[in-house]
Amino acid sequence: MNTKEILETINMIDNEDLDVRTITMGISLLDCAGPDPEAAARRVYDKICAYAQDLVKTGEDISRQYGIPIINKRISVTPIALLAGACPGASPLRFAKALDRAAHTVGVNFIGGYSALVQKGFGPGDYALIESIPEALSETELVCSSVNVGSTKAGVNMDAVEKMGRVVRETAQRTADRECIGAAKLVVFCNAPEDNPFMAGAFHGPGEPDCVINVGVSGPGVVRAAIEKDGRGRSLTEIAELIKRTAFKITRMGQLVAQEASRRLSVPFGIVDLSLAPTPAVGDSVAHILEGMGLEQCGAHGTTAALALLNDAVKKGGVMASSSVGGLSGAFIPVTEDAGMIAAAQSGCLTLSKLEAMTAVCSVGLDMIVIPGDTPAEVISGIIADEAAIGMVNSKTTAVRVIPAIGKRAGEELDFGGLLGRGPVMPVNAASPAEFVHRGGKIPAPLQSLKN
Amino acid sequence: MEKSEKAVITVIGKDMVGILAKVTALCAEKDVNVLEVTQSILQDLFVMVMLVDITKATASVAELADIFDELGEKMDLKIHIMHEDIFNSMHKI
Repeated sequence: MNTKEILETINMIDNEDLDVRTITMGISLLDCAGPDPEAAARRVYDKICAYAQDLVKTGEDISRQYGIPIINKRISVTPIALLAGACPGASPLRFAKALDRAAHTVGVNFIGGYSALVQKGFGPGDYALIESIPEALSETELVCSSVNVGSTKAGVNMDAVEKMGRVVRETAQRTADRECIGAAKLVVFCNAPEDNPFMAGAFHGPGEPDCVINVGVSGPGVVRAAIEKDGRGRSLTEIAELIKRTAFKITRMGQLVAQEASRRLSVPFGIVDLSLAPTPAVGDSVAHILEGMGLEQCGAHGTTAALALLNDAVKKGGVMASSSVGGLSGAFIPVTEDAGMIAAAQSGCLTLSKLEAMTAVCSVGLDMIVIPGDTPAEVISGIIADEAAIGMVNSKTTAVRVIPAIGKRAGEELDFGGLLGRGPVMPVNAASPAEFVHRGGKIPAPLQSLKN
Repeated sequence: MEKSEKAVITVIGKDMVGILAKVTALCAEKDVNVLEVTQSILQDLFVMVMLVDITKATASVAELADIFDELGEKMDLKIHIMHEDIFNSMHKI
């Protein structure tokens, strides 16, 4: 064994914030559905507790055995709208509460899957679930919610987009006394992946097996340090190679943890999601990677190009390192969770329109962006529609997780604490898209040829 | 034949008398067999890497990690013990 390599690994963990961000157990709840909502909610609670009882302890044991920090242990479940559909007329809220109770019992940080997939239209249960999101997120602590409103194959469901603008706003309003935290647990997707282990958008797709272990690795700090140490004076071709090599190493670690967790829990291994997920810790920032490539500050012209290179190199390096890659896999750009993004947003260098452009090449979308509290629901719907259109046309996942800071204006700040971080309220274009949004209907699926 | 299980112990910190002695004494106490030791001084920093066999160890890697953490704190050193799998998977294809 090579001393240099051993010390490199130790240094990555000690000084460059290398960690496994999450072990997420996906659990199918399809067999819990039934016409009696009380009984169904009870089955949901029982199944999650039975399957995930050893999840947290196993995560901690693996962490100690290998000396790798494993930050979060989480659960994703079947979109609850599918269960809500089986008991028409009953409020889906009891499912949210059952999920929350189960998450507390087994000790996970978050449980995702209070979700509906409505890209092509509303099924039974979808309306009720979407309408109940604000209440569910304000009355539970650990439940995360997501709604898929569009896909490349189905187009964008504008009725759902219109609703979600309102739902996001109402969720923030209901949690206004807690820094509007509810909206930070709600994601609106286009092309949502069914095996994503990262919150708040994790859910266990209907095409997934009964139970599965997915692992999300992280490591923006390691990539930043690699560029800082070995990237001086190098061409972008060489930078891309450097990122690939680093992503490979990070992903190998995730693969090891995933296999070990799968073995110990006797649950099949699903995927490794090789995302660069920043944390508010100084240095563990995607923005700082982009700045390390030579931008004065994130948001400058050239940022989209730098991010495109980063996102692609991370995927290329990671794909070979794992037997099965999935989820979102790429570079996240959540503003409040990234020290460099926060600074760039505060200085005005990073704007919402630049972020929108960046979402065309990053792995997800507009993420953890604080917007003024008086932003009308229609404007939020407009933001969602734009983002969904980018995802639909480019055959990629896009998402919107904006937090209307109720009672605050541009320049003020929200502080969530922990991994969710803090961020300045960013100004939003106030011109109204109301008429467009209220038309309803669908944006048809795009042509897959004649690509110009 | 029983498959042998190995771990890597790394010690990083200010050089002083008795580091090797204390670490190896702990290893002996827990039936951890030392296979290889390399050490060097980088600037003022003492760096030691040990490859150890933990097949017959009387404590798990997790327990050993706690024991070495405690020793590290006492001596103001950073001592890590990690299963060899992590290095093999990260640096070998």
